[in-house]
Amino acid sequence: MNWKAIFTIAEKDIREASGNRAVWVPMIVVPAIFIVIMPLALIIGAIAAPQATSSALNDPDLATFLQRMPAFMAEPLARMSGLQGMIWLMLGYFFAPFFLIIPLMFATVIAAESFAGERERKTIEALLYTPASDAELFLGKVLAAGLPAVGISWACFLVYALVVNIAAYPIMGGIWFPLPTWYALIFWVSPALSLLGISATVLISSRNPTFMGAYQSSASLVLLVVALLVGQATGVLYLSVGVGLALGLVIWLVAAGLTVVAVRTFNRASLLTSVQ
Amino acid sequence: MEAMVSVQNLVHTFGERRAVDGLTFEVGRGEIFGLLGPNGAGKTTTIRLLNGLYRPRSGTMKVLGLDPVSEGSLVRARTGVLTETPALYERLTACQNLEFFGRLAGMEPGLLKQRMEELLTFFELDKRAHDKVGSFSKGMKQRLALARALLHRPELIFLDEPTSGLDPESALQVRELIESICRRDGHTVFLCTHILSEAERLCSRVAILNHGRLVALGSLDELSRRLQEGLKVRITFLKEFTPPVDLLRLPGVRRVESEPKGLNLEVEGESAIAGVVTGLVQAGAQVVRVEPEKMTLEDMYFKLQEQSREGEV
Repeated sequence: MNWKAIFTIAEKDIREASGNRAVWVPMIVVPAIFIVIMPLALIIGAIAAPQATSSALNDPDLATFLQRMPAFMAEPLARMSGLQGMIWLMLGYFFAPFFLIIPLMFATVIAAESFAGERERKTIEALLYTPASDAELFLGKVLAAGLPAVGISWACFLVYALVVNIAAYPIMGGIWFPLPTWYALIFWVSPALSLLGISATVLISSRNPTFMGAYQSSASLVLLVVALLVGQATGVLYLSVGVGLALGLVIWLVAAGLTVVAVRTFNRASLLTSVQ
Repeated sequence: MEAMVSVQNLVHTFGERRAVDGLTFEVGRGEIFGLLGPNGAGKTTTIRLLNGLYRPRSGTMKVLGLDPVSEGSLVRARTGVLTETPALYERLTACQNLEFFGRLAGMEPGLLKQRMEELLTFFELDKRAHDKVGSFSKGMKQRLALARALLHRPELIFLDEPTSGLDPESALQVRELIESICRRDGHTVFLCTHILSEAERLCSRVAILNHGRLVALGSLDELSRRLQEGLKVRITFLKEFTPPVDLLRLPGVRRVESEPKGLNLEVEGESAIAGVVTGLVQAGAQVVRVEPEKMTLEDMYFKLQEQSREGEV
């Protein structure tokens, strides 16, 4: 395996993707909403209307969720004021699945650009005439999508930690974030979701040769995150470290299976079919 | 002749359709070999097969002594391909494009830099080296794509419709560049084109394809001899002249077409021409020019395609 060739392909793809507005605009807008705008709006709202925020804990919609809450959540929550509890629950717990959208979205958008986009622009043919093997081409493109997806997710996590700790300091009175569950989500589930997004996009783009077509189809993976969010909000699933690790394991296994299928479908002849 | 490409009974299918149907030919070192045929004749598929992008259904092929099916990477490391569309990364600069392909070809950074400078200067792109390719004209993109194909000093260059879609001026420029690099570096070139004047000007030998099948193979002279049964001659008079005798009675004359100030003849050989000219002069004709009419590649091509359709070949 020629790793120099693999990194050359990955570097070129990242450079090219960064020049595509359709790629980088959602990459700026979505994280900005999830990691800056939404948490700040919530914290500012809580500071501006503390009574209303505190009383939200007595909302009947939250009653089932609070009643079924496991000890790892109930105990720290019991030690907090109503206002602190709401911030802790919203930003430390409910926001976690939102965060998983970031690696998934980054992985699918760059993979769609890298696989389908290159075929759509017919630049793939010149790439196929290089000495790089099929496996090297595939790995180069997986790295091109996977490295930024994971790296930017981790950077976003850092920014989110800073935003919530600093902005919520007047309410929380100290550094309270990240909660242990987040480590499992960020360092275990996020890379798994990235790989899942990439392999699904490779498979989709083998049938859907346009960038937008591949991206839109693979973006439906966000439904996984939505399901997690709904499960959490309805008290069906409480996202603990253990649940996070188990969830990650399942995603890794599915992603690995999809990657094996994607590798098998990725060959020069099939890539050229859409270039005819 | 050392064979750079050797193909025997090559067959490739897309579903039921035979895109390449029993091709057999060889390309020698230093040769400019033309693969001619209409769109869909199987030219691009042949290039892809020879570079290991497709696995043939049957037949054997060797490129630079290697098997493209099992040694595709090694073959591609020693060939350069100009694809039908320039296939350049438009969001990257000319330099970044060349650097990417040079690195993939395994070139050392120092050598790559030197070669990039050399080629960008040769193709008159040095002043735009750091501009994004998206801002280039079609002709500039084609020149850059040609530079990319030559970057790693390939022993064998495949050019797939190198002037397709270019305006006449850019097409001429690209043709001149191909000629000059072949003369200068002695490259072996495998040229696919449907532009017959281009093949006539550049190629030493041609293969003509139709529906994936080989219709004819040889040098232009060989094909001309094969297709042209007699010798065509045009005789021009100073003034209008009507021959008083039936020229078809003269030995070796097969066909005569009269025009007010000339004649078009088809004769068996050069010896017949002398008899015709002598007879005309004796009859009072003022002959100012006698020109043998060579069959153009275009004439040969259409004749061969017609024969192919009629199943004569």
